[in-house]
Amino acid sequence: MELKEKLISSFMAFEEQIDTDTDLHDVRTAALKNFEEKGFPTKKLEAWKYTSLNSVLKNDFTVFPKMESALEFADVKKYFLHEIDTYKVVFIDGVFSSFLSSTTHDGIDVCLMSSALTKPKYKMIIDEYFNKVASQEESLTTLNTAFSKEGAFINIPRSKVADKPIEIMYFSTGNETALMVQPRNLVIAGENSHVQIVERHQSLSGNAVLTNAVTEIFAKKRAIVDYYKLQNDQNSASLIDNTYISQKEMSAVKVHTFSFGGNITRNNLNFFHEGEHIDSTLKGITILDGTQHVDHHTLVRHATPNCESHQNYKGIYGDKSTGVFNGKIYVEKEAQKTDAFQQNNNILLSDKATINAKPQLEIFADDVKCSHGCTIGQLDERAMFYMQSRGIPKKEAKALLMYAFSNEVIESIKIPELKNRINKLIAMKLGVNMGFDL
Amino acid sequence: MIWAGDIISKFPNFQISKFMLEVKNLHAKVEDKDILKGINLSVKAGEVHAIMGPNGSGKSTLSAVIAGNEHYEMTEGEIILDGEDISEMAPEERAHKGIFLSFQYPVEIPGVSVTNFMKTAINESRKAQGLEEMPANEMLKLIREKSELLEIDRKFLSRSLNEGFSGGEKKRNEIFQMAMLEPKLAILDETDSGLDIDALRIVANGVNKLKSENNAVIVITHYQRLLDYIVPDFVHVLYQGKIVKSGGKELAYELEEKGYDWIKSEN
Repeated sequence: MELKEKLISSFMAFEEQIDTDTDLHDVRTAALKNFEEKGFPTKKLEAWKYTSLNSVLKNDFTVFPKMESALEFADVKKYFLHEIDTYKVVFIDGVFSSFLSSTTHDGIDVCLMSSALTKPKYKMIIDEYFNKVASQEESLTTLNTAFSKEGAFINIPRSKVADKPIEIMYFSTGNETALMVQPRNLVIAGENSHVQIVERHQSLSGNAVLTNAVTEIFAKKRAIVDYYKLQNDQNSASLIDNTYISQKEMSAVKVHTFSFGGNITRNNLNFFHEGEHIDSTLKGITILDGTQHVDHHTLVRHATPNCESHQNYKGIYGDKSTGVFNGKIYVEKEAQKTDAFQQNNNILLSDKATINAKPQLEIFADDVKCSHGCTIGQLDERAMFYMQSRGIPKKEAKALLMYAFSNEVIESIKIPELKNRINKLIAMKLGVNMGFDL
Repeated sequence: MIWAGDIISKFPNFQISKFMLEVKNLHAKVEDKDILKGINLSVKAGEVHAIMGPNGSGKSTLSAVIAGNEHYEMTEGEIILDGEDISEMAPEERAHKGIFLSFQYPVEIPGVSVTNFMKTAINESRKAQGLEEMPANEMLKLIREKSELLEIDRKFLSRSLNEGFSGGEKKRNEIFQMAMLEPKLAILDETDSGLDIDALRIVANGVNKLKSENNAVIVITHYQRLLDYIVPDFVHVLYQGKIVKSGGKELAYELEEKGYDWIKSEN
C-alpha cells in the first residue's frame, strides 16, 4: 500500500485514540481532507522542483509508533547540551519519554502537546493558537495537523523569562524497520517574554526515518524568541520541517538552522508580521557531503510598516550533495519602510555538488529597502596558497576558510555551549581538529 | 676516525653543501606558457640577494615556484634547501623547512583575525616539528615583541587578516608574519610596491633587524629604491625567464641609471 493510502486508512485507528467530540477533531478531519486531495508534493510543483520525496516515500513506514522504547541517558547524553542545565522535552519514536525529560509548570509551561490538547486548563490557549498560523493548504502541514497529537508545548506567559534553554529532542531508535513520525510543537511567547529553544531530530540507527514536523511559534508584543534547529542526522533519516511564526509588534524572533546531515531535509520556514517594528532573523549554515540534500524554503511576509528581516544562509557542498535555497520576501502594499535583507553564499567543493539558489522578492510597497545577494563559488585558491605558504596544511587551511565563511552565522548564536557544539560539529564535518577559536 | 668521504659513501643522499638554497636549471610554466627557462641561483646563509628585472620577466613566478605554488608547473630542474630537494613538497612543508614568501598582493581572509592566523601557523609548524603547541602567554609575548618591531598597533591584530588593510598595512603585516615565523629563507616579492617612504623605512628596518648570519633574504624588486634600505650582497637581473646578469650592489645603480632597455638591447 502506498504511504498516502496507508496514512488515510490509519486515520480511523488514530481516531480511536483520541476524543472525537471536540472542535479539534473537525480541524483534523478538514486537514486530512486537504491532504487526501493534494497528496505528497511532487517535483511538478514549483516549490518542490528540486526536491523529490519519491525515494523516501517508497519505504514501508510504520505510521503509529508503539509504546515508548527505553533509552539510557548515558547513551544519548552527547546529543544534549549536557554541560548546562536545560528544560528537556524528549520523545522516543514519537512517544514522550518522561524519564529523559525535564519539564516544568513553574511560572512557565514546558510540557507535552498531548496534555495541552486534552486538559481543560489549556483549552483557551489551544483554541486561540493551535493551527492558527500553520498553513491550511500546504499538504504536508495539513497531514501533520490531521495526526497532530504529540510534541512540545511551550507557553511563556507575559513578562516571564525562561530561566534556562529548552531542548526539544526527537530520538528514533530503529526498533521499527522504517518509522514515520509527525511531531507538532506549539510555542507561545507572551508579551515581554524571552525564551531560547533548541530542536533536534536524531536517529540512533541506520533504519529509515521520515519526520514530518510542524512548529507554530507566536511571539507577542516585545517578545524575544531564539530558536535553533540542529540537523545532523543519520543518512537514513529524512526530515520535513514546517515552521510557522507569527510576530506581533516589536517582537524579535531569530531562527538558526544548522544542517550538517540527514538524507533529505526540507525546511519550510515562514514568518508572518502583525504589528510594527518587528524584527525577524533567519540564519543558516549548511555543510553537506555524500549524497545529502537540504532544501531551505524561506518566506518572510511583511504586512505592516517599519519592520525588518535579515536572512543570512551559508552553504558548503561537497561530493554529490545538493542544496536548494529559495528565499521569498513578500512586502505588502501597507508595509512601507520595510527593511528586508537576504544573503545566500555558497561554496561548491566538488564538480558534482549542486546548489539551486533562487531569491524571490515581491514588493508592492513603494518606500522600502530590500536587498538580496547570492554567491556561488569555490574555495579561493589564492587564499589556500597564502595560508599553506605560512605553514598551515591544506586540510586545515580549507577548514579555516570554511570556518571564516560560516563565522557570521556562528557568531550570532546566543547560547555559548551551543556555539561550542556547533564549532565542534563543523570541525568534525570538515575532518579537522582546530586549535583556534573564531 | 670517520672521514667525511666515508659518511657520503655510506649515505649517498647526504650532501655537504655550503649553500642554503640552490636553484638549478629551473624551468616552469603556467597554462602551457613557459615562464622560467633555466634559472640558476645559489644563496648562502647570511646573504641578501636582489632579483631585479622588467615586468613580465618571471620574478614573481620564481618566488611562487620556490614557495610551492601549485598554480605553476615546474617542468625541469631542482630546488635544494639545505641539501634536500624540496621541489616535490607541498607549500606548507616548505614553510615548515623555513621558507617564507612575502606576497606582492597579500590575500584578504575575512573572518580570520591576524592573531588567530599567526597562532594557527606557528602551532602547525611546531606540530610538524613534533613540538607541543606554544603556551598562550609565550605566544602573547612574541606577538607583542614583534608587533612593536614593525610599529603595528595592537588593535590591528584583532582585525580580519588583510581585510580593508591599506597597501602599507598589508606589507607591514607580511613582515610581521615573517618576524613571527623566523624563516631561514625569506623571499620578499615586491614588498616595496605601494609603500610610502615611511612605511618603506619601517618594513626595511624590520627586515634588517631580523637578518642574521643564519638566515638569508631574496629581495624581488622592480626598483632600486628598496635596496638603499635593504642592502644586497648580490644583484641578479632576470629577463625572459633567465638570469642574464649578476653582480654586486652596484649593478642595481647601473640598472637604475641605464634602465631595463639596456638589458633588453643586450639580449
